[in-house]
Amino acid sequence: MSLAFDLALCALILGAAGLAVAGRNLFGSVVFYIVYGVLIALAWVSLGAADVALAEAAIGAGVTGVLLIGAWQGMKDAGGLEAEITQSLPVRVLAGLGAAALGGLIGFAILSLPGHEGLTGPVAENQPAVNLGNPVTAVLLSFRAYDTLLETLVLSAALAAVWSLTPAGLWGGIPGPKHTTRPDGVMASFGRLLPPLGLLVAVYLVWAGADQPGGAFQAGTVLAAVWILIVLAGLRDEPRLSSLTLRVIVIAGPLVFLGAALAGALSGLALGYPEGHARTLILIIEYALTLSIAATLALLIAGPARRAP
Amino acid sequence: MMELLAERGSLFALTGAALIALGFYGFIMRRALIRRLIAFNVIGSGIFLLFGGTGYFDDGVDPVPQALIITGIVVALALTAFAAALAVRLAQSGDDEDENAEAGR
Amino acid sequence: MNLLFALVALPLLFMLASLVAGRHGPRLIWLAAPLMTGLAVWLAMVVHTAPEGGALGGWPVPLGIMLEADGLAAALMMASAITAAITGLFALGSYGTTRAETTGSYTFWPLFYGLWAAVNAVLVSRDLFNLYVAIELLSICAVALAAFGSRKAAMDYLMIALAGSLAYLLGVVLIFAAVGTLDLSLIAERAPEARTSILIGAALISAGLIAKTALFPLHGWLPPAHGAAPPAVSALLSALVVKASFVILLRVWFEALPGLTEQAIITGFGMLGAAAILYGSALALRQEGLKALIAYSTVAQLGYLFLVFPLAGGGETITPWAAGAWGAMGFHASAHMLAKAGLFLAAGLMIHASGNGRMDGLTGLARAMPVTTLAFALCAVSLMGLPPSGGFMAKYLMLIASLASGQWPYALVILAGGLMAAAYLFRPLARMFAGNETPAITPLAHRWLPLAPLALAIAAMALGLLSAAPYELMASGLPEAGEAGLEEVEP
Repeated sequence: MSLAFDLALCALILGAAGLAVAGRNLFGSVVFYIVYGVLIALAWVSLGAADVALAEAAIGAGVTGVLLIGAWQGMKDAGGLEAEITQSLPVRVLAGLGAAALGGLIGFAILSLPGHEGLTGPVAENQPAVNLGNPVTAVLLSFRAYDTLLETLVLSAALAAVWSLTPAGLWGGIPGPKHTTRPDGVMASFGRLLPPLGLLVAVYLVWAGADQPGGAFQAGTVLAAVWILIVLAGLRDEPRLSSLTLRVIVIAGPLVFLGAALAGALSGLALGYPEGHARTLILIIEYALTLSIAATLALLIAGPARRAP
Repeated sequence: MMELLAERGSLFALTGAALIALGFYGFIMRRALIRRLIAFNVIGSGIFLLFGGTGYFDDGVDPVPQALIITGIVVALALTAFAAALAVRLAQSGDDEDENAEAGR
Repeated sequence: MNLLFALVALPLLFMLASLVAGRHGPRLIWLAAPLMTGLAVWLAMVVHTAPEGGALGGWPVPLGIMLEADGLAAALMMASAITAAITGLFALGSYGTTRAETTGSYTFWPLFYGLWAAVNAVLVSRDLFNLYVAIELLSICAVALAAFGSRKAAMDYLMIALAGSLAYLLGVVLIFAAVGTLDLSLIAERAPEARTSILIGAALISAGLIAKTALFPLHGWLPPAHGAAPPAVSALLSALVVKASFVILLRVWFEALPGLTEQAIITGFGMLGAAAILYGSALALRQEGLKALIAYSTVAQLGYLFLVFPLAGGGETITPWAAGAWGAMGFHASAHMLAKAGLFLAAGLMIHASGNGRMDGLTGLARAMPVTTLAFALCAVSLMGLPPSGGFMAKYLMLIASLASGQWPYALVILAGGLMAAAYLFRPLARMFAGNETPAITPLAHRWLPLAPLALAIAAMALGLLSAAPYELMASGLPEAGEAGLEEVEP
């Protein structure tokens, strides 16, 4: 894509970010944040980083946007939306100058970078050993699998953290309000049509992720979105949070990943895959992760229980 | 300067720096929790853009930064999800004691 | 390296197990406590002879991630394992198995194990980005646990933690952009070529970590969050969480950027540390709430850690007193972990028993709760820096290092901090022994609960009594800067 496109894109990104950060209307800001997220995903497309573009669109803009809307609604229902205080002009000028100084300092740091070769070379050299066509997947699940392992557990920890906010008496209950829609309405048929399609896309994203852009996180988000649609359409209600099946689904992915890593440690090399089986093992881990990530994301969005068990 | 902007990587890296500054302004000036979460995510994606921009070579973005950015996006999401839930809970019942705290006493 | 990985992976496994074990989850601590403590002891025993370390998955740096444990990591691993294990057993009193699951008895445990795993991950990682993921795991667990006490204080803590994370991450990205690696040792090799960008990155990293460590003047969030939390949580937050971000700061300046540590930076850290000691102690003196007092004491005690920067002479200059200063910091971190956790647990029991969290609620408690009072007193002795405690060793070594290096103002601050600690801890102690009636108390959930703070107090004492072995441990595998002159300042 051309320079003109990049310049226009960057200008749009900055504009949307400005409106999201400093706009007057809180809900408007959330909407601008989602627009901003989509534009950022476009920037990643322009940089040729399709994996990041997918992750940013699905997670950065999508799930985060839904979470922010949910928080806005929840705080509004509780009557707890804070009115924005307008600071006095000198304070604003001072903060503006501070922010500009920070931006300038970072810009200066960028411009004085000496330049290095990066790690594209080492990744390409070692990729055949794990037999994966997508270098990003190779980094995520092999070369730096330890980061990814900890990160999946950060998600599990976040779920425990969200659940720890459950009010007394509602523990093990059902999150969110009950949705009902007319059985012949648009939403209901949408909800019937979409799940098989979403499932197909998710399975493809993991399968393709080995060699092409995609992977467990992107696929998990798609599955989570499908579930949310099913709930919104009133086809199924959210599950009871005390359900053992649900908890097993949540930990399955991290457990398989952790188990594989520990099995490696027992046979001599933590996080090492037996020679020749790396690709198969990685795909198994990815499918298990997809399931757990989908459940975890959907539950993070649903929040703590709001209806008694 | 123009020569620099023509380099796709530097352009996006500097945009990232500007986003960080913008988000920083929002984070310190705006008190509403949702707005701070937006600012947090704007700064975060600014940092990632800077990461990608400085890792951009003629044949695309270095795969290691790409993988780290995906990890970073997920971590930011986890923090945002918890912060959003905490904000709603605070709005619902303020700092009232509940069973967690009582159990610990 | 497999041992190091197990030290991180096993608490994670317990975290997942507690997520599915439901109301039986609390029982896992009976397995986790001895297992993890045993592994940490094993690490401390082998780290002398064969430095544990290696590349995960067999992928060498800069592509992969290295784990490594030096003497300091092993020592802190052991202190934190003892602290976490005992605190976890203590938590059974509040979040133990009940007939039906409750929010607290279910969610405490995964957050507890997540926190434990994150601390261990921070201690052994050699990769700046991996440290980021680890410290985010730590933050999310710590803030969620802090919300068990006060959600308002937890929100303030979360905002600081978020800002700190962003600053740290930005710094890491700039350093990677400058040198193309995230490995601490490789950064040290390549840093001189990209001085400007790296210094800006390191400044951002330091700002973020200082906020997370609650070093003066970014300490404001700590006393409300630590003071309001349930005792087991306060113990974990004050003993473990703030140490983890400090250890990263240490690794960045002493191991990744030893060549860039300029005098101004060293002095800056030293002055902030000194200010934290004086300011935190002064505020601790003025507190009427027992837990608030202990929380402000944490602000002061964290200050001592930062004195290692001026006392060890920064990363580059090799000084004969550096080893002493390094050992002092290790002693202080370990002793503070044990003693501060003990104080919070003892205080929690006293507040439960008397139903009053203020000073006047303590009157005469020594007669009603002799074991708890003994634990409180022993932990206080270590915090004041009196012999024969671990705290004494720390302050003694620090004094020697500051006098040997001719930096006597720090010696004055250390002495003043010790005196002030004696003063603010004497107030509650005097109350406990005041009067001559035995006050009526609410019975504890279990009779054995006071043994938990007592065990921590004994561990803090043992650290001082057996000082030779831990000193040797902490000195093994020092960053190069500290290695010279080990013989001169043997305790």
